[in-house]
Amino acid sequence: MSGPWLDVCAPGDIAREDVMRFDGAGRTFAIYRTKDDRYYATDGNCTHARVHLSGGFVMGNLIECPKHNGRFDFTTGEAKGAPACTNLKTYKVRIEGGRLSIDPSI
Amino acid sequence: MPIEISKRDYSLIGRDTKLAEEQGLASAEWYACPISRARLKELMQRRDGPAIRDTVIWFALLGITGYLGYRLWGSWWAILPFAAYGVLYGSSSDSRWHEDLHRTAFKTTWMNDALYEIGSFMILRESVPWRWSHTRHHTDTIIVGRDPEIAFPRPPDFLGIFLAAFALKSGPRELGRMCIHCLGRLTAAEATYIPDEERHKVYRNARIYVLIYAGFIAWSLAIHSILPLMYVGLPSFYGAWLGLIYGTTQHAGLAEDVLDHRLNCRTVYMNPINRFIYWNMNYHVEHHMFPMVPYHSLAALHKELKPDMPKPYGSILEAYREIIPALLRQRKDPTYFVKRELPARR
Repeated sequence: MSGPWLDVCAPGDIAREDVMRFDGAGRTFAIYRTKDDRYYATDGNCTHARVHLSGGFVMGNLIECPKHNGRFDFTTGEAKGAPACTNLKTYKVRIEGGRLSIDPSI
Repeated sequence: MPIEISKRDYSLIGRDTKLAEEQGLASAEWYACPISRARLKELMQRRDGPAIRDTVIWFALLGITGYLGYRLWGSWWAILPFAAYGVLYGSSSDSRWHEDLHRTAFKTTWMNDALYEIGSFMILRESVPWRWSHTRHHTDTIIVGRDPEIAFPRPPDFLGIFLAAFALKSGPRELGRMCIHCLGRLTAAEATYIPDEERHKVYRNARIYVLIYAGFIAWSLAIHSILPLMYVGLPSFYGAWLGLIYGTTQHAGLAEDVLDHRLNCRTVYMNPINRFIYWNMNYHVEHHMFPMVPYHSLAALHKELKPDMPKPYGSILEAYREIIPALLRQRKDPTYFVKRELPARR
């Protein structure tokens, strides 16, 4: 099911190989930009300890949680190493008219 | 007038656990010094080079000292190489264990994981339970009733500290837990922080550890010599003392139940040899505040954060000038702790 898209930012607002926090629709998200300009979105908080991933470290397709170094593949949401054991939810991203938006529907 | 002492409950399933939760100290938000995202990103970058270099040197030193010990075995001169071997095995493994637990030492994940398993075995800490224990230590650093790694509960146990120099308290405890894990069980405290899906690994690894130890014990018995155990098993005990000296500087005598690592951790300047053995864990405030920064960048992180940090300790000796009197005082007054002076807010 697809809901209303949420306007996030201009794509260039996120640095290459980095992550940004976005709050919308009463929830919090992490928006990623890879080194080769692909964009992804996941839930904002780590599934292990509810720490926001926007303070984390992006390495390739991995995001590392800033508190406990748990890792996820942000392109799929897959947990890639303890203490991250539960996958992250991922969301569709689109870029239209110079704006990046996400579909927050689950 | 005598001081009324209400002894705190350091267990993870007791009165102070509930208190910590009620007071909002469990899984709370911690203070972080200001640093630009761009600079932090630079400092978080992972590299294989420094850790490969240090690991090659480390194993080479273990090999050289181990060989000298073998050649000199039977004479008193063997004490010297085994003393060095023991420290490299039983103390230096602590920092290797630690950095690889965070998966920051190397860029390559399997290298972190491989050295983590080796370091865990050497320091006599089962890799899976200790990963989760240390995770909790980072969530709730020195929060009574929540942190399983409070090494200096108040009032301090001086006999325990003395025994820790040769792992005579932690060693038997860890071996006991290993036996429990071999039977497919966890302790009540471990059950609070090790998730179900990880438990089978705990039992599997404990059985591997026990098989290795059993093999070395059998070898020693077969040749009527403790020599094999001087290489594997015993150095976790006779080589632990330097790790205690370093590790004590991390949190001993400082505040409990605060949400600011500047108040419950120490940064201590050390010489390059100590920093090699300890893999820069002397920058302990910085490590706790930004655990994604690898050990080889902690000195640079320290420079960035310094204006917002309490004064670092100039040497191990300077740290102990504070720690020893603090622990002695805590024996009589467990409410006492060292208050770190914070810089004025910028």
